[in-house]
Amino acid sequence: MHHRSRSYKLFSLCNNIFLLVLGILCILPLIHILAVSFSASAPANANLVRFFPIDFTFAAWEQTLGNENFLRALWNGVFRTVLGTLISLTVVTLAAYALSKEDHEFRGRKWYVYTLIFIMLFNGGLIPTYILIQNLGMINTIWALVLPGAVNVFNMILLLNFFRTGVPKSLEEAALIDGAGHFKILFRIYLPISLPALATVGLFTMVGQWNSWFDGLIYLTDSSKYPLSTFLQTIIVQNDYSQMNVNPDEVRALSERTVRSAQIFIGALPIILVYPFLQKYFVKGIVLGSVKE
Amino acid sequence: MKRNWPLHVLVLPAILFALVFNYIPLAGIIMAFQNFKPWEGFLGSEWVGFDQFIRIFEFQEGRQVIWNTLVISTFKIIFQLIVPIVFALLLNEVRIIAYKRSIQTLVYLPHFLSWVILGGILLDLLSVDGGLINQFIGIFGMNPIFFLGDSDWFRVTVIVSDVWKDFGFSAIIFLAALAGINPSLYEAAIVDGANRLQQVLHITLPSLLPITIVVATLALGNILNAGFDQIFNLYNPLVYDKGDIIDTYVYRQGLLGGNFSYATAVGVFKSVIAFILIVTGYRLAYKYANYRIF
Repeated sequence: MHHRSRSYKLFSLCNNIFLLVLGILCILPLIHILAVSFSASAPANANLVRFFPIDFTFAAWEQTLGNENFLRALWNGVFRTVLGTLISLTVVTLAAYALSKEDHEFRGRKWYVYTLIFIMLFNGGLIPTYILIQNLGMINTIWALVLPGAVNVFNMILLLNFFRTGVPKSLEEAALIDGAGHFKILFRIYLPISLPALATVGLFTMVGQWNSWFDGLIYLTDSSKYPLSTFLQTIIVQNDYSQMNVNPDEVRALSERTVRSAQIFIGALPIILVYPFLQKYFVKGIVLGSVKE
Repeated sequence: MKRNWPLHVLVLPAILFALVFNYIPLAGIIMAFQNFKPWEGFLGSEWVGFDQFIRIFEFQEGRQVIWNTLVISTFKIIFQLIVPIVFALLLNEVRIIAYKRSIQTLVYLPHFLSWVILGGILLDLLSVDGGLINQFIGIFGMNPIFFLGDSDWFRVTVIVSDVWKDFGFSAIIFLAALAGINPSLYEAAIVDGANRLQQVLHITLPSLLPITIVVATLALGNILNAGFDQIFNLYNPLVYDKGDIIDTYVYRQGLLGGNFSYATAVGVFKSVIAFILIVTGYRLAYKYANYRIF
């Protein structure tokens, strides 16, 4: 079917090489950071490290993983991610099921849809939201991180479209005739069939929770409650090392740069670990969920 | 009707969350029309009508921030449209499936890393004294560039790094559209003697047009979002003049500066424009490409 002319073959070769270079460029920065984190401080500080560690050492990783504050932030991040994902996934799944019905099956559906779509398009903004959280007494609590964003309308739409296209209508009708209610249908039919979809949305939510840093920065005043992303933001980006609570001489001896690289890499590690699972599903998910012809 | 109540129960949590965390803050917008003092509350604060909104345009800073936002996001929208389409077209020419998949795996990854992580990496890569990119530039005998400290270079850095992070992920939608093109069109073209380039020009590109219109119109709704997470993690006072955008300005004026009413007015101004653009965008996408989200 394809023209196998010489010029096309030449194009193909160049194209394949070009795309490979482009692909590698997308992960090269991460490899560089990893290499720095495993290098000794002298070559790291002298900017000699490129993509392979020089004088390989675990020192920076040991320092990072041995730091009490870093570990506490890591734990806070994991806890926040688990709790936030559970809450969001539950709320989103329940709503997506109900809203996946047709208008005549579910009176009032339209009203709910508009209510939720609106929040995707318009919001009160930073200051009014902050004042609300303050008045709810959520400052310095985990609730300020996991509740406000729990209704992710985009994820809900993805799931809703999966429910519509992925679950055979006849199965549901048969269950209805057998006397099953909506709860039973949701838990016994929809959820088992939609596991890949739930995994997609669940992983998206997890990544979102793990990566969130700004809410921690504004809603938490006690930095010992910071999740890892917020912690990293303050020490890596704002360069505020007061939180690391380490002996400055020790840091100097170890090279701030290798430790920082180890911290960055550990921050990215959970994403890199779930990525293979994520990738398996999201392409189909995005396409199915976002385009309807 | 009798079967309806469980459905109402199922949406209830989502609606409650939306009412509390999204609709109640809307009421807070009234402070944009006041000179809000936290200790006087919404009822006690002085009403000033549209004064706060007028101040946005009176302040040189306010105008500058709006301009910065428009410039940065316009370039982002343009390149985030062109680069993914070109990438999708090139990737579509790869015949070895495993090779294609491997490249896809590599290019999607940065999308999932946060701007905190990437900010940390870029601070290292772009540093003036010996950052990897400046070392590379040095090979060609050029002077080191202060990417994050020179306001002109800052914009370029923001746009390029944004495209770098997301072009792969943005390409997914175009790759899906490419996969959906009817193969018989190509077969007919081959019979007519069209070469690969002619096939691309006359079949592939026209087939991509509807989805391109959808992506472009929907992106327009985001024109006042130049990317808070990214800018916040990369900028510093040296580049405020060209790098400060509406969202970072709202943060600095409101939460850091305590100018609650003014910051809210800037936020409301942004939201209203964005709302109009998004609704218009959806209408256009629906009209010209038959796109619906629900």
